Amino acid sequence: MNIESVLRSLLVAAFIGLIEWLCRTHVIPPMVLIPPSQMLMHLLSLVSTGQYSQDILFSFGNIVVSAFVAIISGFFIGLAVHSMPRFRAALEPLLASYYAVPTFIFYPVFIVVFGVGHGSIIAIAVLLAIVAMITATLTGLDRIPNVLRKSAAVMRMSRLQTAWRIQLPAALPYLFGGVKLAVAYSFIGVIASEFILSGSGIGYAIAFAYNNFESDNMYALMLLVLISVTLINAALNFFDRRLQARRQR
Amino acid sequence: MTFALKGGAVETLRVAVESRTPHVTLSQVTRSFKKASTREMFAALGPIDLTLNKGEFFSVVGPSGCGKSTLMDVLSGLARPTSGQVMFEGKVISSVPDGVGVVFQEDASFPWLTVRDNIAFGLRRSGVDGPEVERRVAYALGFMGLRDFAGAYPAQLSGGMRQRVCIARTLVMQPRLILMDEPFGALDQQTRLLMGDELLRLWRETNATVLLITHALDEAAMLSDRVGVMSSRPGLFIDLVETGWERDRDSRVVSTPRFGEINARLWDKLRVETMKVMGAQH
Amino acid sequence: MQRFLPTFLLVIALIAAWQLLHLAIGAGALTSPWMTLTHLISMMGTVELWANVGETAKAFAYAMSLALVGGIVLGVLLGVNRLAGAVAEPILLNLYAIPKVTLYPLVLLCFGLGLSSKVAFGVMHGMIPILLFTMNAIRQMRPVYLRTAGTLRLTPVQSLFHVLLPAILPEIVAGVRLGFALTLLGVLIGEMFASQRGLGYMAVNAMGLGDIPTIMAVALLLTVIAVTCNSLMLMLDKKLQHR
Repeated sequence: MNIESVLRSLLVAAFIGLIEWLCRTHVIPPMVLIPPSQMLMHLLSLVSTGQYSQDILFSFGNIVVSAFVAIISGFFIGLAVHSMPRFRAALEPLLASYYAVPTFIFYPVFIVVFGVGHGSIIAIAVLLAIVAMITATLTGLDRIPNVLRKSAAVMRMSRLQTAWRIQLPAALPYLFGGVKLAVAYSFIGVIASEFILSGSGIGYAIAFAYNNFESDNMYALMLLVLISVTLINAALNFFDRRLQARRQR
Repeated sequence: MTFALKGGAVETLRVAVESRTPHVTLSQVTRSFKKASTREMFAALGPIDLTLNKGEFFSVVGPSGCGKSTLMDVLSGLARPTSGQVMFEGKVISSVPDGVGVVFQEDASFPWLTVRDNIAFGLRRSGVDGPEVERRVAYALGFMGLRDFAGAYPAQLSGGMRQRVCIARTLVMQPRLILMDEPFGALDQQTRLLMGDELLRLWRETNATVLLITHALDEAAMLSDRVGVMSSRPGLFIDLVETGWERDRDSRVVSTPRFGEINARLWDKLRVETMKVMGAQH
Repeated sequence: MQRFLPTFLLVIALIAAWQLLHLAIGAGALTSPWMTLTHLISMMGTVELWANVGETAKAFAYAMSLALVGGIVLGVLLGVNRLAGAVAEPILLNLYAIPKVTLYPLVLLCFGLGLSSKVAFGVMHGMIPILLFTMNAIRQMRPVYLRTAGTLRLTPVQSLFHVLLPAILPEIVAGVRLGFALTLLGVLIGEMFASQRGLGYMAVNAMGLGDIPTIMAVALLLTVIAVTCNSLMLMLDKKLQHR
């Protein structure tokens, strides 16, 4: 463990401890927030009783599917767009403005188009995530040094070989940046659309618990979201670091 | 001006009579760093004893990684020596003192300012009044041949021109000691020779003391009154070579036999040190 | 303008696709581009729309100012102090990846219904990207700039305002561009759940009523505003890169 990780752990622990203390002493009224330890205990009991297993599976299934669809299709769209410079020049201003549009506003339309259930949730999450992957693919392909392409040509490699043996590995660190964003956006897209419009999933369960004053359930589920995001991020960062470490000279 | 009349013997006398006033003195200066991996200290520099005389042009050559840049950081007050002290104009320095100008190896021109604003930058921050800023900047623009580019941004200029901007920015502060860390390192050979001539002109005009760090032996031999040769780490001076050039010299000294002798002597000392460095890598 | 022609054609193609989708699934599900535009224009004649636009603009202005000042100040502090930056960065990235909409019950309990909740939501969404961009810009700034400031004997305040901030300005603009979009999103989400006013509320209200033309009109208006502001900032971005 390096010094940063130690300090970070201490900082997070101190913050949780502070919240715990403020809740226990009722400085923060129990109506607003319950102590973190209680959230965790309740979450564990929810997991063991299986009360929300359906919702949790529903959400994570959607997240996995949307992330995969966004990453794979985003990569191939990026590859295709990169090989068409004129189309790319036309598309680039639209890509740059894409995330400026508050996509959530279009939810009702998606519901009408894709129906209630997996379809519209996955569609929304994919739409949120795919552009990050396309952009990362384009950047990654741009950053490949010209000398690598020339080397491939000198070695008389075919186009397919060049793509597979040279371009993909050379662009991989950038692609992985896109993967990280695509996963994060899939997560946000799925949970948020469940929250707003769906009848199942973790997002829906939080909204339901809030509306019915089940604050124990609500906070336990929020904690679940927080822990899931942290674990997914940590796993992706771990792979990212290993990928980067190989490039260190 | 009497310099033009001087021969070799008189030149030595001039140095003895006029210029042997100490301007910068390093006594027993060392600098050590903590290694990031093992956390043990290692000596990067020294101990160094060196006196730069007022108005002298002094160059430092040495193998790469010998602590030349560390020496410059310590001299300019950007870094404190681990032990020993640096005196500038009779005072021990603890931070960058007034009257010291530094030109870095990297391009240090500010890309968000025009050439004119880059040059005026230091003057404006130190509260020099408007007309005086104008006057000095106009002079520096002319002196460095930048007049036609006053309104341009650095990104529109070549590397050599950008380095001129940095030199001009230092020049307008009217420093009495100018420190240069491989200022022409990124330039091509022809540009280097011409910049060398301009540097000599600037040195004569300002009467400043100049310390030039370089890896180019010919540059050191051609420009300097004295050349210090540094050893590999920890950097120590293993030879001080007096060139004996007239004050009124230019790049044409490269065609004299004396230039060849100086060059040969520098390389003789440095060859051993460079081989040590290369050997250490294997 | 010649170089924007392909983009313009692409936008036309997108509108055509919208029209086709409308024809495929019917006017009850998706209004056509023309119907949406005329509906928006008729709405622009009402006081109601402008009152809501004003509410959103007000909340956005507060949230954006807070996100901007907070993001830049914290970003500079964490960028200058390497250890603090290294400690904070993973935490900030994690906060960025959280679906913040799920935290809305908490925000509502803390700030109550109304303006402050909307502003809090906007800041929650918009401040972290500005902070991260500023911090990384300072970390990646060429050290020679600060060394130059040192040799010119600048005071710390002079170094901040005359060297540090101008040097990282292009990255700040890029961060603000992202922060702008996310702050707007945050404010709209806040309005959807924690308010009875603003464009977000209008949209969510129309959702409840199944009033597709109004949803589409509001979405069109927001898209046009967002894309216009984004393009202006992109132009500024390009101008700063060119110098």
